[in-house]
Amino acid sequence: MLRALLLTLSVVAIAHAELCKPDAQNAFKVRISIKTALGDNAYAWDANEEYLFKAMVAFAMRRYSSKSTTQISNVLLCNVTDRVSFWFVVTDSSKNVTTVPGSEVEAAIRMNRNRINSAFLLNDKTLQFLKITSTLSPPIEPSTPVWLIVFGVVLCLIVAGIVFLVVSGIQKRKKKNKESTERENSEEKAEVTLENGIPCEALDLKAGHINGVFAAEDERFTSL
Amino acid sequence: LSATPEIPKEDGRPKWDNKFQYILSCIGFAVGLGNVWRFPYLCQIHGGGAFLIPYFIALLFEGIPLLHLELALGQCLRKGSIGAWNTISPYLGGVGVGSWVVSVLVSLYYNTVLTWVMWYFINSFQEPLPWSVCPLNENRTGFNEECYESTAVNYFWYRKTLNITPDIAESGTLQWWLILCLATCWAIVYLCTIRGIETTGKAIYVTAIFPYLVLTIFLIQGLTLPGATDGLIYLFTPNLNTLKNPRVWLDAATQIFFSLSLAFGGLIAFASYNPTKNDCEKDAVTVAIVNSMTSLYASIPVFSVLGFKATTAYWDCLDRNIISIINEFDLPEESIMRQNYTSWISFLNSSYPEKIAGLKLKSCNLQEFLDQSVSGTGLAFIVFTQAIILMPGSQAWAILFFIMLFSLGLSSMFGNIEGVFTPLLELQIIPKSAPKELLSGIICLISFLIALCFTLRSGSYWIDIFDRYAGSVPLLVIAFFEVIGVAYIYKIKRFSKDVEWMTGRKLNLYWHITWRFISPLLLLIVFMAFVTLQMQKPQSYTAWNPKYKGFPMKEEKVYPPWVQAICVLLAALPCVCVPLVALFHLVKQKRRSKDPRFVPPEVFTCQGANS
Repeated sequence: MLRALLLTLSVVAIAHAELCKPDAQNAFKVRISIKTALGDNAYAWDANEEYLFKAMVAFAMRRYSSKSTTQISNVLLCNVTDRVSFWFVVTDSSKNVTTVPGSEVEAAIRMNRNRINSAFLLNDKTLQFLKITSTLSPPIEPSTPVWLIVFGVVLCLIVAGIVFLVVSGIQKRKKKNKESTERENSEEKAEVTLENGIPCEALDLKAGHINGVFAAEDERFTSL
Repeated sequence: LSATPEIPKEDGRPKWDNKFQYILSCIGFAVGLGNVWRFPYLCQIHGGGAFLIPYFIALLFEGIPLLHLELALGQCLRKGSIGAWNTISPYLGGVGVGSWVVSVLVSLYYNTVLTWVMWYFINSFQEPLPWSVCPLNENRTGFNEECYESTAVNYFWYRKTLNITPDIAESGTLQWWLILCLATCWAIVYLCTIRGIETTGKAIYVTAIFPYLVLTIFLIQGLTLPGATDGLIYLFTPNLNTLKNPRVWLDAATQIFFSLSLAFGGLIAFASYNPTKNDCEKDAVTVAIVNSMTSLYASIPVFSVLGFKATTAYWDCLDRNIISIINEFDLPEESIMRQNYTSWISFLNSSYPEKIAGLKLKSCNLQEFLDQSVSGTGLAFIVFTQAIILMPGSQAWAILFFIMLFSLGLSSMFGNIEGVFTPLLELQIIPKSAPKELLSGIICLISFLIALCFTLRSGSYWIDIFDRYAGSVPLLVIAFFEVIGVAYIYKIKRFSKDVEWMTGRKLNLYWHITWRFISPLLLLIVFMAFVTLQMQKPQSYTAWNPKYKGFPMKEEKVYPPWVQAICVLLAALPCVCVPLVALFHLVKQKRRSKDPRFVPPEVFTCQGANS
């Protein structure tokens, strides 16, 4: 009895070893860079983390194929290095000692990549599935490109400035024209009435024609 | 009756609000984009600190004398370039016309460079900066191929901004976003030059002083960046051996010449708005020294940032190699750091040479990264933008940087436009009753329409052509005729009397010697050397061709014959004005001398203009 049990266990162990090894069929290599992602808050990669990883892969397989037959024990990990990198493979419990096709595993992981990443506080770059490409998220494009808005603001300011300067120039010119015509008119009037700076009306006085100084002292001069 | 004091005749000519405005305008005109992206490059490739020796010799014997000449000329004659040279001698009127043509050609393409600066400026308000990430390709599985092969910064410049064609013969279509920016730039130029120096005089306070503020900020920031000291040491370490190469002396002479914006006619126009009793000698020395000091001051932040960029590139190179090694050998993270990289590499090379060879590691050499020297638009739009992405708070740095470049270029544009505007105003192209705003508007509109050809997909190749041919050889020719004209046709004796009257003291022997002998000789030598060197190289350009085998390296191509003809035309057109106008006047003179009513014009003197 005991021997039979030992025999089955060893067969299972060997089978598992056969299924999960580097570059095996349907096996994927995973590379994790915890220190790069988390720096000082990095956690150590131990057996508990491996358990979580197996659970996440099983979860992904369940969600993808929506048949609840994948167990944590179906996910096999091997060749864990210090890097941290390892190979994993998903076995099919319904069929004996076979692995789930790689395409299914790939599709399942792809669908749930976000969940798997967040479970480990990592992202696509630090939790790498080496043969599975990730869909890149599109850059956020606002409805109006930002540069058009800035451009509009700048252009409005400049046009406002030009209009202001042109209008003020026209106003200055109008004022200058009005001033110069007023001055011309006042100068014309002044030409009529000014002579040597004295208005002509004042010159009409008798006092301007006869020089009082000489006229008064007429008797002093001897007659010719 | 006591003698009435000499009241200068009110000739209705606009004048500067104060002396500071005038000096600032001259400095703004001289200090331009070249101070930031050409001088540091020349320093770097010509032996660092050693380059300053030929530079200062050229400044002393070529820059300052020519500058003083132009300022004194404009101040004495109180006319723009065409009017001034016509007054000196009608046979020399062609010199003024040549200056005017060069100013027109340079204004056209210079404002297009400002268009690119404006485009980058308005794109700096986004997070993340558009030149920091590559766009995705159609099926979103990876990045755009052209972007991935070169860099995101290159892609944004060559594809998103210029949308450049692989060949100058393929013109492509007009790029609407560049047209918008070009219209904005010409609108800004119109806004600032609308009434001539009345408006530029106010604008110059901002555009001339602001760049210094930004340069200081960048200086402080640059010096705190890692790797800045490497860059600065690299820049300033003198290598006196380079002085044996005549190319270095030629570059110094041409750099001083173009940096001071001589022979454009703009300086003559600026000086013509001065009162005649003004010390032009001191002004000339001040402007020249400030220009050179600015070049030196600008090279410090530029090289701090370049040193930072080289260091970051070096670290990236190392990091990439380290990751490859760690992944290949499954070593734990952070086992290999940058410091012990070399020891690890030697250890691994000895134990697993085939594996290491299989990794195809790039050799990382800091010196190599520092050696990648760039000048011109490449420095501003590729190298600097890449460095800005790496700085914290990149949007602010990008905005500051591009506003600074814009101010530098705008203040130079004022001088260029003044060189076009003032002679046209004096020639009375438009009736006197029409407002000045109309003339400046017409100039800006026509320039905008012609400059639309630079917004074609091949536009940047054409700008290189204009820069190389219209903005180089003609200036040397015109400056040579300027010096010869004043020294030997107007005669130095007369001119020195005029300058004495203006400055109030006798002309120093230094000016006599340089104006009469040294400057013309130097200009002649520089001109010959320049032309010979240009003739030696085949007329080629480098094109951005994504289909090229060696992409992302640029492809070297030769200009087609029709383009070469245009190059020759651009260089010859301003120069040919000088003999043409002289010939035209000779013919007119011969015909007029047969006329008995002909009276020879009075001999002109500087004091005579105002008494």
